[in-house]
Amino acid sequence: MQFKGKVYVFGNDINTDEIIPARYLNTSDPEVLGRYCMEDARAGFGASVEKGGIIVAGNNFGCGSSREHAPISIKSAGISCVIAESFARIFFRNCINIGLPIIESKEVVEAVKEGDTISVDLHGGKVVLQSGETVSITPFPDFMQNIVTRGGWIPYLKARYNSF
Amino acid sequence: MGMTLTEKILAAKAERDQLKPGDFIEIEPDLALANDITAPIAIKEYKKAGGMSIPYAERAYLVPDHFTPNKDILSAEQVKMLRDFSKEYPGIHFFEQGEVGIEHALLPEIGAITPGMVIIGADSHTCTYGALGAFSTGVGSTDIAGFYLTGKAWLRVPPTVKVVYKGTLEPWVSGKDLILLLIGKISVSGAQYKAIEFCGPVIDGLSVEARLTMANMAIEAGGKNGVFTADAKVTEYLQGRTDKTGTVFTADSDAEYEQIVEIDVSGVKPVVAYPHLPQNVHEAGTGNDIQIDQVVIGSCTNGRIEDLRIAAQILKGKKIAKHVRCLIFPATPAIYRQALDEGLFTIFLDAGAVISPPTCGPCLGGHMGILAHGEKCVSTTNRNFVGRMGHQDSEVYLASPATAAASAVTGTISDPGQVVS
Repeated sequence: MQFKGKVYVFGNDINTDEIIPARYLNTSDPEVLGRYCMEDARAGFGASVEKGGIIVAGNNFGCGSSREHAPISIKSAGISCVIAESFARIFFRNCINIGLPIIESKEVVEAVKEGDTISVDLHGGKVVLQSGETVSITPFPDFMQNIVTRGGWIPYLKARYNSF
Repeated sequence: MGMTLTEKILAAKAERDQLKPGDFIEIEPDLALANDITAPIAIKEYKKAGGMSIPYAERAYLVPDHFTPNKDILSAEQVKMLRDFSKEYPGIHFFEQGEVGIEHALLPEIGAITPGMVIIGADSHTCTYGALGAFSTGVGSTDIAGFYLTGKAWLRVPPTVKVVYKGTLEPWVSGKDLILLLIGKISVSGAQYKAIEFCGPVIDGLSVEARLTMANMAIEAGGKNGVFTADAKVTEYLQGRTDKTGTVFTADSDAEYEQIVEIDVSGVKPVVAYPHLPQNVHEAGTGNDIQIDQVVIGSCTNGRIEDLRIAAQILKGKKIAKHVRCLIFPATPAIYRQALDEGLFTIFLDAGAVISPPTCGPCLGGHMGILAHGEKCVSTTNRNFVGRMGHQDSEVYLASPATAAASAVTGTISDPGQVVS
């Protein structure tokens, strides 16, 4: 999986209330959720973000509630990938389960700035920065890679059980 | 090699002699929970995948507690999805208005949780049930869809942080203060991906309700689960709620912990977590210059009968400060009735408080107590993120029921000792 996109930088401890506030949780429609993506961290983000954009954040991204609406809103807004120093675990899990690519890399987070254009090669295990410099990324354990490669937890289960 | 409490529970479930942090396991959870926000996605995914039957419908719990009583048409439609799904699969436990309470207060109360269970819930505060010696963790809606389809879930075995509380508790210092102290010490990501095992002489002396409050907020330190060894108090708690005794696990004496944190509570005063992270912990008594607009007493963290009794003890014969709104949320119908029978409602009403039906409403800025621009709220809930309870420019201060009730009386952030002796 390869992506190229514009970088949007966020800070530490960005929580799921900021990613998709509870006032929008009376629906699970991806289109509506995408429109209000990151609303309480940067108002208007969901409506204005460039397709294929890459969110780059600090430590503990996605902390707080288990709402899967958070990664759904990010995916639906057109974000191709989220790179952070670290992720909160339920958010991390939800991304694996719905097939939203995420990368843990302190090195990339420290090397990029708002508006950079970077390329991500998930299978090749590298990120190419705006300067052309290449940063290696650590792949997920095989168990998680298998889920991500199949497009998420349900497609993974489907491949194992022919019908439910 | 010895195993921690969390490793022991998971190893038994996975039918493995030994587990270590980082191992992946696929297990069949004993209970899978979802609510009116998270279940609709799970149900949609189940149907999209062509689900025809649910292998363990009797292990599935649907608790419409977040936007109920329905706050608007869209919320009503979401609850209707849960109700219709439970009619389609009658084995599923669904709780109608009148029976429904806040999920993490309700399920222990009705005896659905016993020691040694492995529980997943599409709600981050599912970690609450660790107080009864269970492994219990928050997951997403897709995990619940996977459970509906196959009865299975995947887990990565977490490393464990052991937290030992010792010393002597000061008056009014509660389970809420103890968990806030820990989060203040290790930060909101201090236990990221990890299990928290609570122990020590102070823990042994705590009620099951106080332990539920502590396990509830393990997630606010980034924890995967918070767990206590089930002792005689848990056995007593289960009596009259269920005939099942569960399986009591204990950590091995040679268990390997990633970190051991010691907290001496002697001399520690009641605390408050300032905006906008639960780690911003200050002594309540140092906040007297902060004027507040609202107080919320309730939630899955602090809406149990013990919490309401403490609030009543502070509010008895006193009045809520002018221009302060004090909202009280008993967490379940049984707690509501108990509080009514004990005369607590008279105390609350005489003080000028408002009593709500059980709901998660105000905690997540859903309904029933939303904050306006610039308003400040002292709340017994669990999160004080930006905009959590309303407007982006409002502020939430997390505290125990005693501190919240005292602050309602003075109209500023106050130590309970300032209001009662």
